[in-house]
This record gives sequence, C-alpha cells and structure tokens, in this order.
Amino acid sequence: MSEEVLFQLKGVSKNFVKGKETISIFESLNMEIDCGDFVAIMGPSGSGKTTLLNMLGGVDQPSGGEVWFDSERIDSLSEGALTQWRARNIGFIFQFYNLMPMLNAQRNVELPLLLTNLSKSQRRHNVETALALVGLSDRAKHMPSEMSGGQQQRVAIARAIVSDPKLILCDEPTGDLDRATADEILEMLQLLNRDHGKTIVMVTHDPAAAKYANRTLHLDKGQFVQREIVA
Amino acid sequence: MGSLIAQVVSVTLMNLGSLRRRLWMSLAMVFASAVVVAILLAFLAMAKGFEATMSGAGSSQIAILMREGSSTELNSVILQDQVNLIAESAGVTRDANGPLVSPELYVIVDGIKKSTGTEANIPLRGLNKIGMAMRSNMHLVEGRMFTPGTNEMIVGEGVLREFDGFDIGKEVRFGKNLWTVVGAFSTGGNIFESELWADVKIIQSHYNRGSSYQSIRLQLENNGDLKPIEETVQREPRLNLEVQTEQEYFASQGKQLQYIATFGWIISAVMALGALAGALNTMYTSVADRAREIATLRALGFSNFSAFCGTIIEAMVLAATGGLLGSLAAYLFFDGLNTSTLGGSFTQVVFSFEMSPDLFVQGAVLALVIGFISGFFPAWRAARMPVVVAFRHAT
Repeated sequence: MSEEVLFQLKGVSKNFVKGKETISIFESLNMEIDCGDFVAIMGPSGSGKTTLLNMLGGVDQPSGGEVWFDSERIDSLSEGALTQWRARNIGFIFQFYNLMPMLNAQRNVELPLLLTNLSKSQRRHNVETALALVGLSDRAKHMPSEMSGGQQQRVAIARAIVSDPKLILCDEPTGDLDRATADEILEMLQLLNRDHGKTIVMVTHDPAAAKYANRTLHLDKGQFVQREIVA
Repeated sequence: MGSLIAQVVSVTLMNLGSLRRRLWMSLAMVFASAVVVAILLAFLAMAKGFEATMSGAGSSQIAILMREGSSTELNSVILQDQVNLIAESAGVTRDANGPLVSPELYVIVDGIKKSTGTEANIPLRGLNKIGMAMRSNMHLVEGRMFTPGTNEMIVGEGVLREFDGFDIGKEVRFGKNLWTVVGAFSTGGNIFESELWADVKIIQSHYNRGSSYQSIRLQLENNGDLKPIEETVQREPRLNLEVQTEQEYFASQGKQLQYIATFGWIISAVMALGALAGALNTMYTSVADRAREIATLRALGFSNFSAFCGTIIEAMVLAATGGLLGSLAAYLFFDGLNTSTLGGSFTQVVFSFEMSPDLFVQGAVLALVIGFISGFFPAWRAARMPVVVAFRHAT
C-alpha cells in the first residue's frame, strides 16, 4: 500500500438478508482515498452511499473483501476494537448534527476527548481551539436549542476535529441547511482540508456541495460509475 | 480505566440530564417504587413494633408457669395447691414476707375501640401486690393503685389510648359487675400496657373461678436458672405444669405474628412485579428516546459498556429516589403510629409501628433491586444499539 493512501477497499461486497431474500448492495467494490483528499460520494437513494460511509467509519462491516486503513486491516476487527479505532481515527459529521441536547456547545465538543487520557485543562484548551476554528468561541456556553442549524453543524464540525482524527466522514452535512448556510459549512470543510490537511469523505445528494470536494465519486447500483475531478 | 469511568459518568449525567423529556414516565417509575417500598416498610414497621412490644415485656429473672400443653395463659388452669407447692420450690427468690410468687388470672372483657367504634377483647388481669412488684418497670402515670378487695382497677396506657370509656374516675360495666377506674399505669410500652389490672381475689369471685388461677409468675433466685423449678415440677406428680422464663414466653408469642413481616414481603414482592413492569416500560422508552444519542456516542467511540452502565444507573437512581420518598412517607405516616391487633390470647395487643434503621436499609435494597432488574434489559438493548441508528434518525 502506498504511503499516501489512507483508505483502501479491495473487492468489498455487502449483502443484507431480508426474509428469504439476500439483497446485494456492493459487489467487488474497489476504492482508494489518499491522505489529504476531499472526496464527495454522490448517487441516487439506495445506491449504497451511506452504507459505504458506515463501512469507512467502522460502523458497518463488509460481507466480503478487505478494508485497509493506514496499513491496518479493519474489517476483521472486533466490535470493541473498532470502537476504539473510531475514537482514534474518525470524526463524524451528521446530517442532523447529532449534538447532545442536554450539553452546551463546549461540553458537546469535549465528548471525543473524554475517550483520551488528556487532562481537564488540556481538554479545555483543545475545545477552545476547535470552537475558535469554527468561529463559535462566543457560543461555547450555549445549548444546541439556543443555536441555529448552521451553528449547530459548526459545533458538530468542532466535535469532529477536536481529537485531531485522520479522517472526517460527513453524512449529508448540509442536507438540513439553507443554501447560504450550507455554503458556509462547505467552505469550512474545504478550509479544514486545504489549510489543515484533513482527509474528508462526504456523502451528498447535492451537486453544488460536491463541487467543494477535490473529486467526486458517483455510486450507482453498488458500483462507481464515473470519476470526476472537480478541483 | 480512567477513560472508561469518564465515559460512564458522562453517559449517566447525560441520561439524567435528559429526564425532563420523559418527565411523567420517570415520575411514574419513581412513584411505583415509592409505593412498593412504603408498603413494605409499613408491614415491617408493624412487625417490628409488635415484636418490640412483646419482647419488651419479658424478663429472664421471672419464670412463668402454665398448665402443660397451654400455649397461652387464656387456656391454662392452675389450682391453689399447685401454687403452694411451687411457692415452696427451690430456686424461688424469697424476701422477709416469703417467696416472690404471683398467681394470676387472665380473663377477657369487651372494650370499644376508638378507631373503629367496634368491640374488641381486652385482657383483665388479676394479680396481687407481689405480681405488681415483679413488673419492675411498672409505674402509675395517673390516679392511684386499686384497693384490694374492691371493684377498682387500673388501666394500661395502651388501653387508655386505644379504647373508649376507661378514663380515670369512670365506671365500667363488664357483665353484671361494675368497676371503677382509679389509675393508669405504664410499663415502658410493652404488652402489659394493653391490659386492665385488678385484685385477683375479686376477679376469682366475679368470674366464678373458685381458687383457681391461670398462670404463676415467680422471681428466680438466679437469673434465667429454671432448673430447680423444673426439678420440682418433675418430682411432684401434682404439678402438671410447664415452666419457661417470661422472656421466652413473650418471644414465642411475638413469633406467632412474624407472619406480618413475611406477609409484607409477599405483598411487596407482588407489587414489585407490577412496579417492575411499569419501570421496564419506562426504561425501554428511555432507551428508545435516547437511541440517536446512544448511537452517536457509540459512533464517536464510547463503549457499549458505558451505554449499559448509563442506562442501568438511570434506572437505579429513579428507583432509589422512589425508595427514598417511600421510606420518608412510611416514616412520616407510620413511625410511632399506635394501633392494636389480635394477640396470641385473642385479646387486643396495643403497640406502635417502629421504623428502625435496618428497615430503611431493607427498603433501599428493595428499591435498588427494582432499579437493577428494570434497568438491566433496557441497558442491554442500549449496549447492543446499532451505531447506524445515529445516521438514520432525524431530529
């Protein structure tokens, strides 16, 4: 595996059993994501975009094939090991933000750091840095219910980057936002990729969102149908 | 390990912080737990109070003799010559006036309970001066002692409290006989306070008992040493009597009502099953309500163990809160509450509910068991929550 390749899928397949029927999502899917890449994955509903994202995030296991991450094969890891692997390597950004409604922005961003051995003061410092990066230092004590959708998604971005993961996975990150706010969020992701070297994989329906990525992969019926370099 | 504890603490605090979203269901669980614990504690406090009343009456310095095979004074008969033989026995304390032996009669009369207005049995005990002296904790709290040879009587504080018509100076009719209440006595809250006391000779006369009695009390020379008395009973064929210390006698009487505690546990267990069903529903709802949060935390790298612990601790906190409220309610409503129940001699025993610290511990244990069981299966579900749920659910 090349030193620059962060993620590699080799002949990956994924099947679901529904009653007596076996539904195939992927067959022999191959894919590579380089370090520092910003990849958008597009495709119609049911094409397997989210399933692919789940497998990249160690949330779902493939039925066959191999998944390599940074020279480590992760498809054979146990659930517990995968959980720890996610904590070390992956930052998630969800369509509906998935913030904890009972925690303020600061405490939400701090969550991934509770899985580390950082001291309280180190955690506070990292949280302040992450919130500053997304421009929400002044909203640290605000509850999610006191913030707009765009602000909540920025808190979610801060949460995704606070533990400095190697890969950020975004599931329709602008699906719940208006165009202007969506552009702000996408510019922020672009900035994280360009200026901070973060590797980002983003699933989206929105071609305008995909334009912010370095390249777009189109998924249809379990296969990449074309590759298009956007930037 | 530090990280794991931090995860469990964080998840628990988040679960508790989200209780407002499930306020009514959570309160229902707290209430159910409170009711179960309060009912258990009420029964246990009743049993405890009854036990304390019975055991407080017995002294190991006093022996009580009744006819062989009689479990209570009520169905015992002792003749005067048997009293005389026992009075001569070794092992009996003697003072300047002779042996400290008290032959006693025990008959049942009717009284009207203040609480229900219904008739209930009260024991009327006939005894002499020696018998009174043997109850070392007996003292008059009001009025004076009855005059031997007259229809005067004194009443226990429990009778005064629970029954109508026994105020000092009042005349009370039992059958054809009119009695005058001249005093009230206390024996420190034990069973004797549930009795009326009068001169034994007068009771023998009014109730046609001739020269018979129903029990003999005597003061032992050596504390708890029944052997000389037992030897006398075995040696003398006219003495078909059983001897035991007063402490043993009342302890066995108290045990007859141990079923109160057992009954309390059975009732509570049945109610706990109902509470468990409700609590399980509450906790399953809690897990469903927090499904996206649980899955999100799992996606971020929180362990399934923290999801399990967070849910089970939430259940235990709710149940323990209920247990605490139930204990508090039981304490406020029942501790010191005076009541009476049918004792071993078909007479009313007046006693107070007694909430002791060990009862609170039992209540807390029951609440925590309810919490643990009701939390376990929902917690298991939380721990097995598929992480993909984080990607599915909308706000």
